[in-house]
Amino acid sequence: MSTEYVPESKVGKWFNDRLPLLSLAAHLKDYPTPKNLNYWWTFGGILTFCLLTQIITGIVLAMHYVAHADLAFGSVEHIMRNVNYGWLIRYIHSNGASMFFLAVYIHIFRSLFYGSYKAPREIIWITGLIIYLLMMATAFMGYVLPWGQMSFWGATVITNLFSAIPLVGESITTWLWGAYSVDNPTLNRFFSLHYLLPFLILGLVILHIWALHVPGNNNPVGIDIKKPSKDTVPFHPYITIKDIFALLMFMIIFSGFVFFAPNILGHSDNYIPANPMVTPAHIVPEWYLLPFYAILRAVPDKLGGVILMFSAIFILLILPWLDTSKVRSSVFRPIYRQFFWVLIVDVLMLGYLGAMPAEGIYLVLSRIGTTYYFLHFLVILPVVGHLEKTDPIPLSISEPVMTGSANTALARKNENI
Amino acid sequence: MKIYKILFFLILGIFLNIHLNAAEQVKPLKIDWSFKGLTGKFDRASLQRGYQIYKEVCSSCHSMQYLSYRNLSEPGGPEFSIEEVKAIASSFEVTDGPDSQGEMFTRPGRPADKFVSPYPNVNAAMAANGGAYPPDMSVIVKARSGGADYIYSVLMGYVDPPEGLILDDGVYYNKYMPGQKIKMPKPLSDDLVEYADGTPATEAQMAKDITTFLSWAAEPELETRHKTGVKVLIYLILLSVLVFLSMKKIWSRVDPKI
Repeated sequence: MSTEYVPESKVGKWFNDRLPLLSLAAHLKDYPTPKNLNYWWTFGGILTFCLLTQIITGIVLAMHYVAHADLAFGSVEHIMRNVNYGWLIRYIHSNGASMFFLAVYIHIFRSLFYGSYKAPREIIWITGLIIYLLMMATAFMGYVLPWGQMSFWGATVITNLFSAIPLVGESITTWLWGAYSVDNPTLNRFFSLHYLLPFLILGLVILHIWALHVPGNNNPVGIDIKKPSKDTVPFHPYITIKDIFALLMFMIIFSGFVFFAPNILGHSDNYIPANPMVTPAHIVPEWYLLPFYAILRAVPDKLGGVILMFSAIFILLILPWLDTSKVRSSVFRPIYRQFFWVLIVDVLMLGYLGAMPAEGIYLVLSRIGTTYYFLHFLVILPVVGHLEKTDPIPLSISEPVMTGSANTALARKNENI
Repeated sequence: MKIYKILFFLILGIFLNIHLNAAEQVKPLKIDWSFKGLTGKFDRASLQRGYQIYKEVCSSCHSMQYLSYRNLSEPGGPEFSIEEVKAIASSFEVTDGPDSQGEMFTRPGRPADKFVSPYPNVNAAMAANGGAYPPDMSVIVKARSGGADYIYSVLMGYVDPPEGLILDDGVYYNKYMPGQKIKMPKPLSDDLVEYADGTPATEAQMAKDITTFLSWAAEPELETRHKTGVKVLIYLILLSVLVFLSMKKIWSRVDPKI
């Protein structure tokens, strides 16, 4: 930490004594970062970029959008046709949501693989999960705003989940709607909240980074390191340049979607204006919510499904205490590493099943996938942590002196990914 | 290696979802549209013929409420001349008002006017069409999975129903429509219109032209989008190379043992 930072100029010193912004800048610049971070660690920066992109394009869209059940669909078409570069701003915003989730899922799975959620980083993990929850809420409400068929029916399905709550469910649903069905008041409040939540996310991102800067970054080897030391580099320019390079790679993929396949991640039914009298053949959420949708539909009981779906997310909050292994990085955990990949396949399978009709083989597979998901966190993780014989761990990043020598090659290999 | 593994699965997962979402009806006919691909453009003559089909055939039932006549002269579209668009617009009667006396009145259309709709409202449209609403066609290509291929297929999909299938009055058989039943009678037939440019008006030609026109109507920004996209990609790739070289140079200062 650079708390001893003293600005050179008198004015700078005067200002910094009263509001230490310059000290903060110096801290961010010198922040000692493990030098072996691989590209999976660049997604934090990418996510910050995504959030800011969504906020900026969103503010511009809100200047032209009309949150009214009779006008919303037409105002989106107005943006697409009559606003200068409106199509670009809207396509960046709508594809940006998908890119945001793509990045956040990589970020979360990186954390799972390298044990970044373990002590002393539990609060980073928990603030991250709250951000993720708010992202899902924001994305869901944003999807409702164009007031197409999928907007309307998606909103109907999701808000109806709350009616499964015993006794007060119906009242809560009516309260959420502001009417006796999804209607104009619902659209209005969703717009209001869709504008509010990103700023809450921004605040949480600041807490997330603050909490990160207390213990410092985890790293692929997963060991505690001295800071600053031979194992670290200052954040600027080493990490900034690397983050920028990774961001550019990400932007190339992002641009591919925006300019050449802007509607491929959306559903064609959302270009049909909302019609409460006509239900679409299949109501499906956006791709990034599909695994949870599969879990919801895997349970024959509505309340049970809702409870299980929310549990699937909330179970992650206690993950740091479910994982009993003292070793962070999966690089040195041969057994857990296998289960990690099985979990990835399981979640992808659930995502696929979420898009399929809930019947026949799809339903059976959803149930197996759901069971395995919970089994992974509630049984496999605690048990493997106790029983697993981990590989020898190096003492530092620069000098990979192992407690045994056989795995130097392995550690090297994995650092270079 | 794991990078590729994860990316591969993620992308595979996403694309599987999309493709399987769409795979529930008879496979539509595939046309090699000129506007597909990274540098795809619309066929100008086809767009102009397509507008003629819309005006002479479709517009008696289908509205296109999000388009204005001025769009017909804009770059990337049919690119009629300003004079032609003025003539097209003025051939329509537009309701305007109220005037200073509080009365509504009609006047000849102007390029800034929205396409005139055939019916005053949805209920009137349904009443005139046996209870079925002829959907607005402004974004219909984006609003159907399968896009242009699907629209083309439906236009070409009117075949005799299988034997034994009894259709209600005002219901027609179409092999590409989900459920194979459609309330729109077969809209196109050979020589239904006489093309201004002398192109033989076969059914397939007309279906292709109107689908091209509808694709433009749904995505009038398509050509600009493609052109901008190519420039953006070139810029990003060049910048990436520069940043990559800078990164190598900066990181070479760090102990290279690792």
